[in-house]
Amino acid sequence: MTGQEWARFLARRVAAAIAVVLVLSFGIFALLYLAPGSVEQTLLGTKPASPETIGAIRAQYHLDEPFLVQYLRWLGAALHLDFGTSIRSGSQVGTEISARLPLTIVLVLYGSALAVAAGLPLGVWAAVRRGLAVDRLATGASIAAVSAPPFAVGLLLLFVFAIGLGWFPVYGTGETPAQTLWHLTLPAIALGLGGMGLIVRLTRAAMVGELDQDYIVFARARGLRGRTVVGYALRNSLVPVLTAAGLIVTSTLVGTVLVEVTFALPGLGSLLVDSVTFKDVPVVQAVALLLTVLIAIINLVVDVAYAVVDPRIALGREAS
Amino acid sequence: MSLVSVRGLNVSLTGPHGRSLLSGVDLGIAAGESVALVGESGSGKSLTARAILGLLPPGLTRTGSIRIGDTDIDPGADAMAPLRGGTVALLLQDPFTMLNPLRRVGRQIADSLVAHERATSDTRRMAVTRRLAEVGLLASVADRYPFQLSGGMRQRVGIAAALAGDPALLVADEPTTALDVTTQRDVLALVRRIQHERGMGLLLITHDLRIAFSVCDRAVVMYAGRVMEDGESTVIRARPAHPYTRALLAAEPPLDRRLVTIPTIPGSVPRHDDVAGSCPFADRCALVSDECRRGRPVLAEHDGRRVACIRAAEIGTGQSAPSAVAPVPTPGDPGPALLSVAGLGKTYRGSETPALIGVSLTVAPGESVGIVGESGSGKTTLARCVVGLETPGSGSITFDGSDITDWSSLDATRRRDLRRAVQMVFQDPYSTLNPVRTVGATLREALVAMGQPAGRRDLAQLLTLVGLPEGYATKRPASLSGGERQRVSIARALAGRPQLLVCDESVSALDVSVQAQILDLLTGLQRDLGMALLFITHDLAVVRQVTDKVYVLHHGACVEHGPTGQVLDNPRDDYTRGLLQSVPREDSGWLMP
Repeated sequence: MTGQEWARFLARRVAAAIAVVLVLSFGIFALLYLAPGSVEQTLLGTKPASPETIGAIRAQYHLDEPFLVQYLRWLGAALHLDFGTSIRSGSQVGTEISARLPLTIVLVLYGSALAVAAGLPLGVWAAVRRGLAVDRLATGASIAAVSAPPFAVGLLLLFVFAIGLGWFPVYGTGETPAQTLWHLTLPAIALGLGGMGLIVRLTRAAMVGELDQDYIVFARARGLRGRTVVGYALRNSLVPVLTAAGLIVTSTLVGTVLVEVTFALPGLGSLLVDSVTFKDVPVVQAVALLLTVLIAIINLVVDVAYAVVDPRIALGREAS
Repeated sequence: MSLVSVRGLNVSLTGPHGRSLLSGVDLGIAAGESVALVGESGSGKSLTARAILGLLPPGLTRTGSIRIGDTDIDPGADAMAPLRGGTVALLLQDPFTMLNPLRRVGRQIADSLVAHERATSDTRRMAVTRRLAEVGLLASVADRYPFQLSGGMRQRVGIAAALAGDPALLVADEPTTALDVTTQRDVLALVRRIQHERGMGLLLITHDLRIAFSVCDRAVVMYAGRVMEDGESTVIRARPAHPYTRALLAAEPPLDRRLVTIPTIPGSVPRHDDVAGSCPFADRCALVSDECRRGRPVLAEHDGRRVACIRAAEIGTGQSAPSAVAPVPTPGDPGPALLSVAGLGKTYRGSETPALIGVSLTVAPGESVGIVGESGSGKTTLARCVVGLETPGSGSITFDGSDITDWSSLDATRRRDLRRAVQMVFQDPYSTLNPVRTVGATLREALVAMGQPAGRRDLAQLLTLVGLPEGYATKRPASLSGGERQRVSIARALAGRPQLLVCDESVSALDVSVQAQILDLLTGLQRDLGMALLFITHDLAVVRQVTDKVYVLHHGACVEHGPTGQVLDNPRDDYTRGLLQSVPREDSGWLMP
């Protein structure tokens, strides 16, 4: 693909991602607006409710204006990274989030990386040894991994490796980057296990399909070595595997909500849980919007990765 | 010395009681020799090739001896692995699936180069350029992906990749079946040229005896997993001995004359084990005697070749008696047209070149009209416009006096009436029938959709019309042969007794013997039901047998049209002439440039 074609392709995909985020932001705002209970009461929090305080709140949050104006005002401020103040702590929502975000991102990347690093080779191995013991073992294990809920896995890991064997810390995040990584290992495993199972199954299915194709027979028929042949099939299996990887990063992001609570980690997930409990509307709105943006970015990256992997996709042609 | 020597090859499903797919196959190929393995689907020709390469699909086991040069190949482990590429290479049928879709062509060729050529990027590039030049492609093709190349170019790339390891024997499995006739001729001429230049052995697998005779020194005819006849191409071509070889030659529709009926072989290829105790061809053979069913004939020397027929001496050799030639129809006044297409144009969205440019044609009631063209000629687009599956961009289509250019603008009743009057039979009988429905359910559905009575008698009548027994109503497509499936698709199209039947390459996916049956069926139906036929094909010999009038399409435009005999005997357009010269003939002359 030429540079110009790439630019056009990227512009199209970025525009689509922005459109998706805008639609979802409206959804988030509308849902919280429609949530049961009086907004004033929620916004007041523990402060006493009197006509004056309610009036002040209504003025501060522009609650007397039409819904659409309120939404646009919120969106406009959000574009400038101003999400208002937290009801619970009174500090800026933006500051609060930026203190929590890095840990969650590291955790998500760590968990997803573990899922792919373990799942991809296992899936390929199972496909190449189709029907043999390795295949059955990998398939069975992947079913167990997919069905295990992350928080239960987290508790089990804590019990065995942190409390029982004492190899890993029970809570906290550590001081240096190396320590942080060590602290985050068990949470990352708990988060990534289900994704790994999914990757094993999808990689295996895609590889089995590709290994039956004519071009594999032809590659073997002209004497290509086993590793090259598996490489051919793997490259052609990548589109479904990338789809799965994108979904896994997304679900890992959502999974942090439970895992961060299980491991007592001060990340975005635990912030969201606390804020929901406390009805801290500005924080919930901001975190939900942030998750939307992150998911849109992940999907954008997957789309671009498709195009890199399969030149037919970017050129808008049908796969033959 | 023999390059490959196969003795008593058997292939069967793995397991203690696995049924056999082929047995007792002997085959020898000397250095520089070209051998054709000929047969219809189910004959075991492709399995023989796969067995030689040690590439049988999982679940199949081979016994019998295979020697490559001086080495006995052990059937157990993948003993062929080190010999593939450098000693024996395989070229596959379909250029659209044979190449890795995500790897640049040059790299794919480089992957199978011999070690010293693969050493550095410079030697690699030079070697790839040389291989591409050998198959008549520019060096710049190396940077392309397969999807950016035409079918013919992909098959050339396939040949270059197969030959990159400099094998002593190339096994080519139907290498041109998926290609257009003109491309087929180029690719076969190329394979033959390279084979001569390199002094390489060639095992060509084909269903077409004409191609076998014109390309190869020797031909081996297989049927139901066994060898029927084996000898020099010139000998078998002049004096075929086995009744199957003769029937196969006779079933090939001739290009130069129209027959009253094409001689067919009744039935279809049986399974190997179903005919284990007798001559496999006995049930379909016109010259069968009781003796033929008593035991399996062995290959024996007869008149300069080996043949597996106990009556070989008795029935002699030679081609079957020529079939009756149909009289040239006297062109009368065709009367008002049933279908009239005027100045039809269509450009698909996102495509720069139009699929159709100003095509006009007429079909009279009961007339049979052919549309001939290669892939990309617009012939299928034209058919789809006529049956309302596409809407043309310009021009008009008139049917039975009313305008049907844009089906979507017609009201529902009119559309339903039109559906009854205009029906289509598609190319691939394997994908046009719903696999989970019985034949009866499919046909009943068609009858109901056409507003016809759909009782048991009506179903039976419809099945009889296409030559199938009534009992087939309870079968599912998977238990039918290709020919039987195509009969069901035809029955489905006939449910509403259409005035016009559009056949889009309806016989091109079938074996020769079955193709003849279906062609005879279609011409018979056309005559008996007084139905008009719009017959779309790439095969000029088929056009000769079926149609009264023909239109030749090239790049979306009609380059020539007229009565079929006139166009094929005295073509005026260069493109038509080129097409006619590309039709395979039994002599090697047609491969000369």
